[in-house]
Amino acid sequence: MEAIAVSRGLVGASRLQSFFADTSSSSSSSCVPALISYAGLKKNVCFSASKPACELGAVVAASRGAVVKGNRGLRVEAAATNGSPQSFDYDVVIIGAGVGGHGAALHAVERGLKTAIVEGDVVGGTCVNRGCVPSKALLAVSGRMRELHDEHHLKSLGIQVAAAEYDRQAVADHANNLATKIRGNLTNSMKALGVDILTGIGSVVAPQVVKYGRIGFADKTITACNIIIATGSVPFVPPGIEIDGKTVFTSDHALKLEWIPDWIAIVGSGYIGLEFSDVYTALGSEVTFIEALDGLMPGFDPEIGKLAQRILINPRKIDYHVGVLAKKITPAKDGKPVLIELVDTKTKEPKETLEVDAALIATGRAPFTKGLGLENVNVVTQRGFVPVDERMQVLDGEGNKVPNLYCIGDANGKMMLAHAASAQGISVIEQIAGRDNVLNHNSVPAACFTHPEISMVGLTEPQARALAEKEGFKVSVAKTSFKANTKALAENEGDGLAKMIYRPDTGEILGVHILGLHAADLIHEASNAIAMGNTIKDIKFAVHAHPTLSEVLDELFKSAHLEDHAVVSEKAAEPVAV
Amino acid sequence: MATSLHLSLAASAPASALRSSSAFFGNAGSLSRPSVVLGIGRRNANLVVEAKIREIFMPALSSTMTEGKIVTWNKTEGEKLTKGESVVVVESDKADMDVETFYDGFLAKIVIGEGETAPVGAAIGLLAETEEEIAEAKSKGAAQAAPAAPKPSAVEEKAVAPPAPTAAPAVAAVQVAPEPTAPEEPRSSRIVATPYAKKLAKQYSVDLATIAGSGPSGRIVAEDVEAAAGKTPVPAAAPVPSVAQPSAAVAAAPSAAPTPAAALAPAGSVAFTSMQAGVARNMVDSMSVPVFRVGYTITTDALDALYKKIKSKGVTMTALLAKAAALALAKHPVVNACCKDGKSFTYNEDINIAVAVAMDGGLLTPVLKNADKVDIYSLSRSWKDLVDKARAKQLSPAEYNSGTFVLSNLGMFGVDRFDAILPPGMGAIMAVGASVPTVVATGNGLFGVKNRMTVNVTADHRIIYGGDLAVFLQTFAAIIEDPTELTM
Repeated sequence: MEAIAVSRGLVGASRLQSFFADTSSSSSSSCVPALISYAGLKKNVCFSASKPACELGAVVAASRGAVVKGNRGLRVEAAATNGSPQSFDYDVVIIGAGVGGHGAALHAVERGLKTAIVEGDVVGGTCVNRGCVPSKALLAVSGRMRELHDEHHLKSLGIQVAAAEYDRQAVADHANNLATKIRGNLTNSMKALGVDILTGIGSVVAPQVVKYGRIGFADKTITACNIIIATGSVPFVPPGIEIDGKTVFTSDHALKLEWIPDWIAIVGSGYIGLEFSDVYTALGSEVTFIEALDGLMPGFDPEIGKLAQRILINPRKIDYHVGVLAKKITPAKDGKPVLIELVDTKTKEPKETLEVDAALIATGRAPFTKGLGLENVNVVTQRGFVPVDERMQVLDGEGNKVPNLYCIGDANGKMMLAHAASAQGISVIEQIAGRDNVLNHNSVPAACFTHPEISMVGLTEPQARALAEKEGFKVSVAKTSFKANTKALAENEGDGLAKMIYRPDTGEILGVHILGLHAADLIHEASNAIAMGNTIKDIKFAVHAHPTLSEVLDELFKSAHLEDHAVVSEKAAEPVAV
Repeated sequence: MATSLHLSLAASAPASALRSSSAFFGNAGSLSRPSVVLGIGRRNANLVVEAKIREIFMPALSSTMTEGKIVTWNKTEGEKLTKGESVVVVESDKADMDVETFYDGFLAKIVIGEGETAPVGAAIGLLAETEEEIAEAKSKGAAQAAPAAPKPSAVEEKAVAPPAPTAAPAVAAVQVAPEPTAPEEPRSSRIVATPYAKKLAKQYSVDLATIAGSGPSGRIVAEDVEAAAGKTPVPAAAPVPSVAQPSAAVAAAPSAAPTPAAALAPAGSVAFTSMQAGVARNMVDSMSVPVFRVGYTITTDALDALYKKIKSKGVTMTALLAKAAALALAKHPVVNACCKDGKSFTYNEDINIAVAVAMDGGLLTPVLKNADKVDIYSLSRSWKDLVDKARAKQLSPAEYNSGTFVLSNLGMFGVDRFDAILPPGMGAIMAVGASVPTVVATGNGLFGVKNRMTVNVTADHRIIYGGDLAVFLQTFAAIIEDPTELTM
């Protein structure tokens, strides 16, 4: 154990170490000053507010006196080393085992941190159990149904298929099985690396102290050098909407696919609504969108939104009401259909009342931060979101950093995407491990898995133009069409567009938006370029296999017009022999 | 095929009719250009006194573009246009582009509908400067462009329509329909209709207010709109035309021409009209000709698709079938012959297709002359004229007795096959049944669903033998199954 303890923080040995941590005696979670509440000591010992208080990897655990604490065999090192007054149960405790918490936990282990994750529900969180994952299963079905029903498309490929049908329960089972499987994978990956999975609803009771418990069981308290809040979000249901889980429901229920309504209203036309419209129309429903803003698909680049409407909305059995709010939605009962009262978003004037078979509320998601005990550390949530700085460090009521407390993912509301949460978690672990790291959110891609898919990274064109105006640089736009791509044409899927917004002077990529076949997979070339700071000048020389869809991006980079002086200035920057 | 088809369309909708030149404005094609400006034909300056109606041309979006497809009309007919507004989205070989108008005015008429293609420079719509000129523009457009919504007789539409669900005729022909309700608007009248029902209503120009819904809580569902538009053969519903069953008398049922639904059945004996007497005489005379019959089942998917594509240009199924028969006859002249004296073949120089049409209390056989040579668009127009004249009883003898081959179609009633009587003086008559979706074994050992129709030819065996009919039908079937030739 000695050797292992010494090697803490060294990447190479960290995994080995964590195995031991799980199986035999403890490894040290030595932190410099802090507090163990169960020891009854006085609080506020923690100093150095802005820097992580625990200097991990720097401490050599020379002497040890492992103490078994609690009834779960939780091992705690009591005696301090080298004058450190206290040590903690864990280096990192993550509250919430969703994708964000999982990503953070895995990276923490890689960085040699002793890690626990607290989960009050099921491992995997929204994404795996009630979000991205099961919806992908449904979308896989809808994509195939769409293909099999598109006689014209099949015929043009020379395929004949008799009428395709589906078994609703089997489709629902597929989604459920997928979620179960991914959940298992996630759980196993953490267990295998030695992350302690603590079951119960976690809350912060004091700085560096987490309490967790299940109803009917006594609460347990652990100490952690660093706490990461990753409690995620729940579907947001606007007031006036009555959810009965059968005819008026959120994505949580919809993913169970208990029935296929003939006519379903989808309130909200963002990612969630759009994906569900793809599923429902492919399975035979007719869809009515209700969007509070003046156009469908707000948040997408307008040009992409327009094209998406042309491809994903207009030809399908979908109509829409924009600029209206669903003021009141009454579930179906006593033989009456679901009633949706619409009012004008701006004037609040009553508009029409819709009668539909079902309503899916996809108006976004609200942070799940109640009962987290944030008041104990003087943190005030904003509309439920936990305020954080650019390093995900939680800010208290006065805007000061709360030491050793971080919040990642939907709970901080910076970018409500599973992989953004994970990226934020990794960034936080890097900081805890002593390497400053700031996640560039402009490099985080997003995707909507309709057929065809939509993906994007960075700024939209209006955002880029606004920024350009403010900062005084020029913006250019390049576009390529899937129609010009051999592979897309071979698939007979020429619908689509890739669009890049860039600075012609420096070649910096500001944003890329793709609508077309496999757009969600294609975006990463652009998002990686942005993350790495590669300019178009570099990336346009990269080679793409032919014929592949990736050539859509190749074309895009090559079609960018860079100003000559951009290149010249770069050359001039180099020393010139005179 | 498509190209030639559109070229002929362009020819038939010449700018000259509206005295406009084909000047273009802005045909930049680079992908980075956000939009292009609509090419609008400008009238001669010295003619400005008159109403200003401009043609909207298919713009050239790139140097390689020869034709463009209309993706969407962002504006509907009658809608006001403001300079710089996006009017239509055009798809070229490279990309979709928004096309803007260069003028203020009103979109008077959409000549090329959504999903259709037109060559660069062809008129795709008409722009009127003032609201008053919309009607004028419409009528001009209608007159010149064999447009999508003629006001055909029920007979004509019914008589040409195979009830194949996909290719059934645009019953959109219900006059110049009232402006279809936009999806957002029906709030006042409180019409509950599903999204697809609304879409169909717009497509078929059916007023939702006139439809009773059959869905839950009385909502209007897609089927209701289809029924109202006559897209599905709903038994006992309105679509029985008030003109009796066309061509029935030519068929094996010479006795009855049962007039409209539950019409008064006159009691006692009613004397033949002169037309009926003529029919009766001919039918008896036909007994002296030794006839035989050969049937053939033909897959019509390609024909249906073609029809769907070009019906908005005024092409009727009757014209397509007549054209196909004529092209087949050109290769088998003996089927186009007749036996006048019982001793010789009389070969006919021209191929004139007579088409049986039911008339009040009888039937007529207007003739499409030189159907093998006249192009499908002209043929369709002649057919429309002939039907109009027939209804007005203004057909000249040459227009109904110069046929060399007869076509009789009962397919629109769902009749799948029937047997036509060969009128005296003719060599052969073709009875066309409905095209119905049928499960067939395809060549590769799989099942498939195809639209198939059965045709049955009755011929005079003195001159036309079984082998002749067989090869003729083989040719005919080949043309129907690959209808490229029909539009050439």
